[in-house]
Amino acid sequence: MTSIFRKFYFLLIALFLALPLIVVAGVSINEKQTLAFPPQGFSTSWYGEIFLNPEWRNALMASVTLAVLSAAVAVAIALPLAWFLWRRIAPWANIFQLLGVAPFTLPPVITALGLLTFWATVGFYGQPWTAVVSHAIFFVTLPLVTLSLGFTSIDRSLVEAASTMGADERTVFRTIVLPLILPYIVSGYAFAFVLSLNEYIVAYMTVGFTMETLPIKIFNALRYGYTPTMASVTILFVTTAAIIFGLVARFGDLPKLLGAMSSDGK
Amino acid sequence: MRREPPQTIGDYAPLLFPAAMLTIFFVVPFGTMIAVSFFQRQQGGFYTPAFVFDNYGRFLSAFFGGVLGFSLMMAIAVALCCVVLALPFTYMLTRMARSVQVVWLVALLSVLSLSEVIIGFAWSTLFSRTAGITNILVALGLMGEAKALTPSFAAVLTGMVYQAFPYTVLVLFPALVRLDPTLTEAARTLGASPLKAFFTVVVPALRNTIVATLIMVFIFALGSYLLPQLLGRPQHWTLSVLITDQAIYQSNMPFAAAMAVFLVLVTLGLVALTVIAGRKGEAA
Repeated sequence: MTSIFRKFYFLLIALFLALPLIVVAGVSINEKQTLAFPPQGFSTSWYGEIFLNPEWRNALMASVTLAVLSAAVAVAIALPLAWFLWRRIAPWANIFQLLGVAPFTLPPVITALGLLTFWATVGFYGQPWTAVVSHAIFFVTLPLVTLSLGFTSIDRSLVEAASTMGADERTVFRTIVLPLILPYIVSGYAFAFVLSLNEYIVAYMTVGFTMETLPIKIFNALRYGYTPTMASVTILFVTTAAIIFGLVARFGDLPKLLGAMSSDGK
Repeated sequence: MRREPPQTIGDYAPLLFPAAMLTIFFVVPFGTMIAVSFFQRQQGGFYTPAFVFDNYGRFLSAFFGGVLGFSLMMAIAVALCCVVLALPFTYMLTRMARSVQVVWLVALLSVLSLSEVIIGFAWSTLFSRTAGITNILVALGLMGEAKALTPSFAAVLTGMVYQAFPYTVLVLFPALVRLDPTLTEAARTLGASPLKAFFTVVVPALRNTIVATLIMVFIFALGSYLLPQLLGRPQHWTLSVLITDQAIYQSNMPFAAAMAVFLVLVTLGLVALTVIAGRKGEAA
């Protein structure tokens, strides 16, 4: 396709993707508590508000804690499963691979509703830790897909060489498999972390009445009018996501990682 | 160390934790939800175990039919818009320098990871009267005075396309990377214009991929639970919004569960179609 058309088309798409965020960024530096664009005056106080206002700070802490823990649990579920599927021939075990991909494929409201009825039935509804488990299950797909990809890229002759020279299973895992798989663990964790930070419906249905994560806080704030802190939090989120994915791209092979994602990820 | 079948019970040990977690916290909740969909609703938000089809019976109402029809129509519209926009975009992206690709992929992932709450807020700001896009048009002299563009059908559609566009690109990306570049080269050597080569060579070669992508984006759009609520009027609510509404605000869990089961069936049917479309693609 001709170069001018291509440039124009890419500009249009870039504008479409960036425009809402540019307006929100503009709104977030308004001096007074008004929803105005172009911004009137300049102030960074709405960014300070995230950390100074106890309500927003608590929501931020809740979201970060939830994301750190749930991504760790997701990796803890995905790693042994992906390793087992790589190491053993057990076709029936693929059903767990399927179960790991299912929550992400189905509309999110279904997983959320299933977990809501479950926690209500077993009597733990509203406990903060239920959100950690719920998010871990909801996002286990991401480390599972990246790790499965990581394992297939391991050269089996390396492992073979180590075991002929007398390394036992444990040594092989620690000295060969783990170093090779580490970048995939990190990117799987990063994907789960960012998405957990942004997740609304599962968190809302499991712990929405007892605690506020940032997306829940933004939604609740939206219903009772407008405050510029919503805008500054939004920009904080976009920046965080861009930095984390930027780091994944810097230290990993992003096109390769995404090239595999949708072929096994659907 | 070759792949081998598990020899002893101990070899199954690594599977224990993942299998237990996925069974207890995904399979069991799923079963609970199906069970609840047959329960009897009591006044005041409670429900008692029973085996009734009342919750499914409510599907037969005109209201439910309207919501279902609207949800499907909406998801089809979003899928069509996204694929039409994303196909040429992704095609050109895969033919660009690697460093450019990476920058775009990071940007697309960042937008994709955004919460629906945030997308809804951002677009409602862009469509608002005081801070919206109409102010720019007024400043350019194209419009008399600024006005609000939301709530409206167009606003919901735009928000949902925004949400699904990065997903569409990422689904198309692997297939387009693997597309044999000699195909278009051959067409070009034989005298086809770039545009003609795209429509007569690339698009037909990707027919099955396009069908599969349409279905996947359709499923993705069916899952949108907040944008219709934040950017539209109640008549723009989709099945996902209605499920959330029944579960949380109307406290009618059995009915919400029944609708969710129905949504699962629709989704699974479509996933099966995608797999069949994919198989045909491999055979061809």
